[in-house]
Amino acid sequence: MWYYEKKLQYPVKVRECNPMLAKFLIEQYGGADGELAAALRYLNQRYSIPDKVIGLLTDIGTEEFAHLEMIATMVYKLTKDATPDQLKEAGLGAHYANHDRALFYENAAGDPWTATYIQAKGDPIADLYEDIAAEEKARATYQWIINLSDDPELNDSLKFLREREVVHSQRFREAVEIIKEERDKKHFF
Amino acid sequence: MFTQYKYWKPYISPYDPCPPIRVKSYSTPPNLYLHFQPPGLPQFKPKEALYHGTLWPVLFSPYPDPHKRGDLDE
Repeated sequence: MWYYEKKLQYPVKVRECNPMLAKFLIEQYGGADGELAAALRYLNQRYSIPDKVIGLLTDIGTEEFAHLEMIATMVYKLTKDATPDQLKEAGLGAHYANHDRALFYENAAGDPWTATYIQAKGDPIADLYEDIAAEEKARATYQWIINLSDDPELNDSLKFLREREVVHSQRFREAVEIIKEERDKKHFF
Repeated sequence: MFTQYKYWKPYISPYDPCPPIRVKSYSTPPNLYLHFQPPGLPQFKPKEALYHGTLWPVLFSPYPDPHKRGDLDE
């Protein structure tokens, strides 16, 4: 089970109403390498992975939901008072027609989130290597969004999230080291 | 010298339609080099750790590239 703390992991400040940036940010909300895909991927892989790394998947999967909440806050703040005309101009006309200003799990191109974005192969090495790749892809996605954004306060939060991807990748790499460990084993020949 | 960014010079054709970017770069964050994190590494103070997004200076990865000049065509 989970306990909920009613605060964000890192503060989210947005300087101006910018629906175009929201359209780019939604990639990290419902995209293939976004926070939802990450959370569901890790929490689901826990059941069939060696005991030693289950806790890591629980911790990182949980943190991804905290990141999802930050992205949701950003998207909400960037769009909540935008007029339909502003949304249309930002490329969100189709989104407005379907969802008003509601958030939706979709990528920057408007494709809905799908479980085919994530894998559970049941092989610990295959699964952990996918997780490492997912973290690097999410890090790169944050870089490209920061490059597209000129909001310094929002970029501060995005840099925090990018750094978390670096730390998570490090931990998954350590998980691989734990799983393949031979050092202290007795060898019989 | 260790840097968190690597640079390469792509081929520039005389017929490229856009003004060429002569030097391209990509990020190589510290997790690629650390292997298993050894115990007892120096830590940020709690507030600094929050700002950096990590407790350990050794894992901090700056973005954008701090060594890159502001102009587009480096």
